[in-house]
Amino acid sequence: MKAAVLVFPGINRERDMARTLRLISGRDPAVIWHAETELPSGTDLVVIPGGFSYGDYLRCGAIAARSPVMDAVRSYAAGGGLVLAVCNGFQIACEAGLLPGVLMRNARLKFICRDIFLKVERSDTPFTRGYNAGQVIRVPTAHGEGNYIADADIIARLEGEGRVIFRYVGPDGTRDPAANVNGSTNAIAGIINERGNVLGMMPHPENHVEAAIGPTDGRGLFNGLVEALDRAA
Amino acid sequence: MKARVTVTLKSGILDPQGKAIEGALRSLGIVGVSSVRQGKVFDIEIDGSDRVKAEMLLTQAADKLLANTVIENFRVEVMG
Repeated sequence: MKAAVLVFPGINRERDMARTLRLISGRDPAVIWHAETELPSGTDLVVIPGGFSYGDYLRCGAIAARSPVMDAVRSYAAGGGLVLAVCNGFQIACEAGLLPGVLMRNARLKFICRDIFLKVERSDTPFTRGYNAGQVIRVPTAHGEGNYIADADIIARLEGEGRVIFRYVGPDGTRDPAANVNGSTNAIAGIINERGNVLGMMPHPENHVEAAIGPTDGRGLFNGLVEALDRAA
Repeated sequence: MKARVTVTLKSGILDPQGKAIEGALRSLGIVGVSSVRQGKVFDIEIDGSDRVKAEMLLTQAADKLLANTVIENFRVEVMG
């Protein structure tokens, strides 16, 4: 795995992400500053990490999405390169047009910082091959604006094309309005683009990978990515 | 030239912040407010004095950055 982690002013989860990528793949990712106009050659995974790029000014992710490096990410994604966008990264990916929809203020207006449960809807993507379809995983979440919305046509397409990858559920995997922590449409926690190479998700799988710290349900995502990249190589 | 770009949420987009403000007004005893929707105002200074050019520039600015047209509408005014 030759990963590149993007860094924008105000991003604060890039070290957690880099640490996890190193732990799982055995290789340090490149850390790429937002003013770069190119990705390192041979990059096979771009990660847009979480944080508060530009202090969430204007709209979450709006300013970062217009950075020079994002032009490079757009052409990389257009060529089929894998992009994992987590939390603020998901907001940036939506603002950059890599994924449809918008992440609005949480419906109950509170910043949510705790473990939640996700149902993995599909296991046949490069991001989720380390899980079984229908599996429930426990991962942390930390955001104030994760309420996914899009117009009815886009939601219908996402659902119809199986592009909802993660959904907020109760611990037993059932849909429950109380488990939909931020009020997202259809409890959507993560989606994939049409081509299937860009995943955006609000929760933080990179923070649940070490038994010494707690649950390790996030490992599946990174193990799956390593496997998918090995097979493609 | 002075100009203003006003960004508002499209109708049908849920506005939790507006709802909270609405509730706060009610609890302050300000009655008769049936709904609040929060938007943004950008006061912008433009070089030169060509109004048509200024409007084009502001429309571009709003379209590219100031508004997310998936959820927001914008209005451009050049005030001279």
